[in-house]
Amino acid sequence: MSERRFTFHRLWAIVLKEFIQMKRDRVTFAMMVGIPLLQLLMFGYAINSDPRHLPTALRCADQGPFARTFIQAMRTSDYFVIVQDTASEAEVQRLLQVGDVQFVINIPADFSRQLLRGERPSVLIEADATDPAATGPALAAVNALAGSIFNRDLPGPLAKLHGKAGPVDFRIHAHYNPENITQYNVVPGLMGVVLTMTMVIITALAITRERERGTMENLLATPVRPFEVMVGKILPYIAVGYIQVTLILIAARFLFHVPMVGSLPLLYTVALLFIGANLAVGITFSTLAQNQLQAVQMAFFFFLPSILLSGFMFPFRGMPPWAQVVGSCLPNTHFLRIVRGILLKGNGFAEITPELWPLLLFLTVAMSVGVKRYRQTLD
Amino acid sequence: MSATDLAIDVTGVTKRFGDKTVVNAIDLSVRRGEIYGFLGPNGSGKTTFIRMLCGLLTPDGGSGTCLGYDLRTQQAEIKRHVGYMTQKFSYYEDLSIRENLDFIARIYAVPDRPAAVQHSLERLGLQNRSHQLAGQLSGGWKQRLALAACLIHSPQLLLLDEPTAGVDPKARREFWDEIHQLAADGLTVLITTHYMDEAERCHRLAYLAYGNLLARGTLAEVLAAAHLTTWSVSGPGLRALAARLRGQPGVEQVVAFGTMLHVSGHDAALLDATRTAASDPDHEWKKINAGLEDVFISLMDAAKDNFA
Ligand SMILES: Nc1ncnc2c1ncn2[C@@H]1O[C@H](COP(=O)(O)OP(=O)(O)OP(=O)(O)O)[C@@H](O)[C@H]1O
Ligand SMILES: [Mg+2]
Repeated sequence: MSERRFTFHRLWAIVLKEFIQMKRDRVTFAMMVGIPLLQLLMFGYAINSDPRHLPTALRCADQGPFARTFIQAMRTSDYFVIVQDTASEAEVQRLLQVGDVQFVINIPADFSRQLLRGERPSVLIEADATDPAATGPALAAVNALAGSIFNRDLPGPLAKLHGKAGPVDFRIHAHYNPENITQYNVVPGLMGVVLTMTMVIITALAITRERERGTMENLLATPVRPFEVMVGKILPYIAVGYIQVTLILIAARFLFHVPMVGSLPLLYTVALLFIGANLAVGITFSTLAQNQLQAVQMAFFFFLPSILLSGFMFPFRGMPPWAQVVGSCLPNTHFLRIVRGILLKGNGFAEITPELWPLLLFLTVAMSVGVKRYRQTLD
Repeated sequence: MSATDLAIDVTGVTKRFGDKTVVNAIDLSVRRGEIYGFLGPNGSGKTTFIRMLCGLLTPDGGSGTCLGYDLRTQQAEIKRHVGYMTQKFSYYEDLSIRENLDFIARIYAVPDRPAAVQHSLERLGLQNRSHQLAGQLSGGWKQRLALAACLIHSPQLLLLDEPTAGVDPKARREFWDEIHQLAADGLTVLITTHYMDEAERCHRLAYLAYGNLLARGTLAEVLAAAHLTTWSVSGPGLRALAARLRGQPGVEQVVAFGTMLHVSGHDAALLDATRTAASDPDHEWKKINAGLEDVFISLMDAAKDNFA
């Protein structure tokens, strides 16, 4: 008898029904496409903007020609606006503290002399890195700056000083936040965030809605099995998930010029695991929730750590150990690393394997809990 | 009677929600091909009992079979062969009539599905509306759709939970003609209702109150078993008369029926004494056969004293 076993025709019946319902529910479908775009624009442009004209304090103890050239070059690069000249140590610390300046640049007294002697003078750049996205590009710029101006300024015999190390040793002291997130991190990271948000909510509603509208009673009175209902409800939304992935990749490529070094087919394959994991979480929530409002609240409960503790908002290594443990249990944490690894570093299957099995484990656990929690009766 | 003649054969079926016993040790046997009426006041446990029959709820006590399958262990088989029409419309309002039928037919793996869907649309006169969304249908049409959907897999037993609530008299009559036709074809039907005229169209009846089965049998058996004496009174000032009669010895029930008052009680002699004392030239008293409604209301009042 087929009553007790999984059958394909029942699964297919559920899939078709979900597709029709999705087609009828235009608003929800529009949201599924709209949310990724909106988030991309907000996060992408807000965080990706390469901030310029950053207020800077200068403590220059050297009056030599090289120091002057250096300062002049900084002024002409539009990253820095020197708002304070030769302030006292206490004064610059206060400025940094209250946030009046983003950088303090300390040029030592014998800067020019050391440079001429080829001793790689140290320039200490103190940065308020509470918002690392703001400081990162500027710091990169100052490095490039030094390399190019002194190439030009250092005459004949001194040209040997342009070694690989560069003529000046920049000591960057990033206050408040030691890790930098580069802008390229954000857009690939968004993929995980968008998928987590929409996939969990949409499926969290899927079964709760049936219960709330009373259609569950009918479904339970038919021979359809829990596993068939789960998978049947998940499959259509995998398609939606892929639409979102594609939208984000297109935007990453053409709006934000994110480099894509690795293999896209690999990324698409791994995305299946991640989408499945989130859908399974949503299904599990919907077996727990009494009504649709509760289901949405649960989805948000899951979404918050996924955005805050996954390494999307804050550098993962900067988080306290307990937060890292929580983060490691979330699929988004591993997916973020995979996406960044594949897109930015060109990781292949071997490199992402350590992040792959936690995803697989999560998917299995969430799916089993969902199937177990799905009651076959109304008790 | 052999067990295979019984579509439903259960004993001692009990369901508790928390410490409240909603269905209390009910025995019921329904023959194949029979239309069995299930009556009882709101909250008496009719829906709960039906849900246990079709495997939606697990009984806390009792045992039995439905279509020969065990109530506790063969729920999957029961679901395959039972058509259940829920009290509240429970098909997909955002699917069209045809899509709903198609969905159910797929779930049951009905052979030659397109033909089966088409046939059920025609049989219920829904073919012109097949592309209308179920949510836009009026109550009567929703009920037709629900009946069509729970018949599509050719079940052997139909469980209909208040299928005619809120349906107009003509549609109700057509619905019942359909039910009788199905029963004539061999289908067993268990149907709950609050309408007395519908109860009278059933082959046999059961009356449930507060989870207890208080009466069962054919219409005549139920009426006879009640031992209820009923007088009908006509004349002026019936409201005042009703107020006077209430609480008199032997008077258990005073109900207004249009321009008449039905006065009933179990103790015929006592009731007669009261009648003689209360009679006056303005009012005409006539002894009548107690109707189903009189019997049910008296059963309900008695049950309230015993169980509530
Ligand atoms: N899931 C449940 N949890 C707790 N109590 C329940 C549950 N389902 C039903 N009940 C209670 O069981 C009692 C019987 O309910 P049921 O729906 O079976 O009555 P009914 O005879 O179908 O009533 P109606 O004629 O109004 O449809 C009611 O008091 C109801 O509140
Ligand atoms: Mg009911």
